[in-house]
Amino acid sequence: MGRFEGKSAIVTGASRGIGREIAILLGKEGARVAVNYSGSKEKAEEVVELIKQSGGDAFAIQANVSDAEQVKEMIDETLKTFGSIDMLVNNAGITRDNLLMRMKEDEWDDVININLKGVFLCTKAVTRQMMKQRAGKIVNLASIVGVIGNPGQANYVAAKAGVIGLTKTTARELATRNITVNAVAPGFITTDMTEALPEEVKAQMLGSIPLGKLGSAEDVAGAVAFLLSDDANYITGQTINVDGGMVM
Amino acid sequence: MSVLERVTKVVVDRLGVDESEVKPEASFKDDLGADSLDVVELVMELEDEFDMEISDDDAEKIGTVGDAVKYIEEKVK
Repeated sequence: MGRFEGKSAIVTGASRGIGREIAILLGKEGARVAVNYSGSKEKAEEVVELIKQSGGDAFAIQANVSDAEQVKEMIDETLKTFGSIDMLVNNAGITRDNLLMRMKEDEWDDVININLKGVFLCTKAVTRQMMKQRAGKIVNLASIVGVIGNPGQANYVAAKAGVIGLTKTTARELATRNITVNAVAPGFITTDMTEALPEEVKAQMLGSIPLGKLGSAEDVAGAVAFLLSDDANYITGQTINVDGGMVM
Repeated sequence: MSVLERVTKVVVDRLGVDESEVKPEASFKDDLGADSLDVVELVMELEDEFDMEISDDDAEKIGTVGDAVKYIEEKVK
């Protein structure tokens, strides 16, 4: 019997990468999952199939998280399909890296809109239902760079640091309604992006990680699932670094 | 049931106050012990009770039992 039997979840940006692993893990452990995507419909359907094969239930739903109207429709549709929304994972995110001196205004806006405003809109939309239920768990995907900074990512870092602050405030506002809000801050995780890095850059990265290896999307999903589970009922407003010990 | 009676019932259920305290001039926050979040919830429940949508802008203007009754009576007319 899985930890999320009888529970329902929305995972944003779940067609690829870390979001995909989170959706699959929740589904495998019994949750009914709304697999949100923005552009990659086929990839999202693939995640839905994987969840169904593991005995879970899921459906794919398109929405741009920075669009309040689309977010509202996504929440309404999920509620209609599942009858409740017990968990929200704000994972959707993009990067538009550039040095501050070269960063264009639209690169700044795009990242802030998806990575920070998106978390606000999805949280706001789902809170109504969770308040009624007098129960709910929200996990936001931050990033270790939101804590320590990173050259070339002013927009992304600002958004992720914003997510950590938003997590704390939301946690305080909703605590009396038995809704917990936490964040997970991944460090260097194996993705298409890190795979493509030159060897010497990889070696340098590894040198800064006490555990001496990159993390996997599954490592991050594991921490997210913990915070969504009953084992974490007394944890709120926290950011857990999943970074191999990089930041202590 | 009148709008006032229905609003009173929602307020009594939500805030756990005595029916006699729910007068038109009673302020949710100052007289009935509600905090900001309670008021938000109260508005949500009024939306359900009267099957209507109350915009955030309108909701901010509802401070007393009378405000709520007046607003709803105007909308459902």
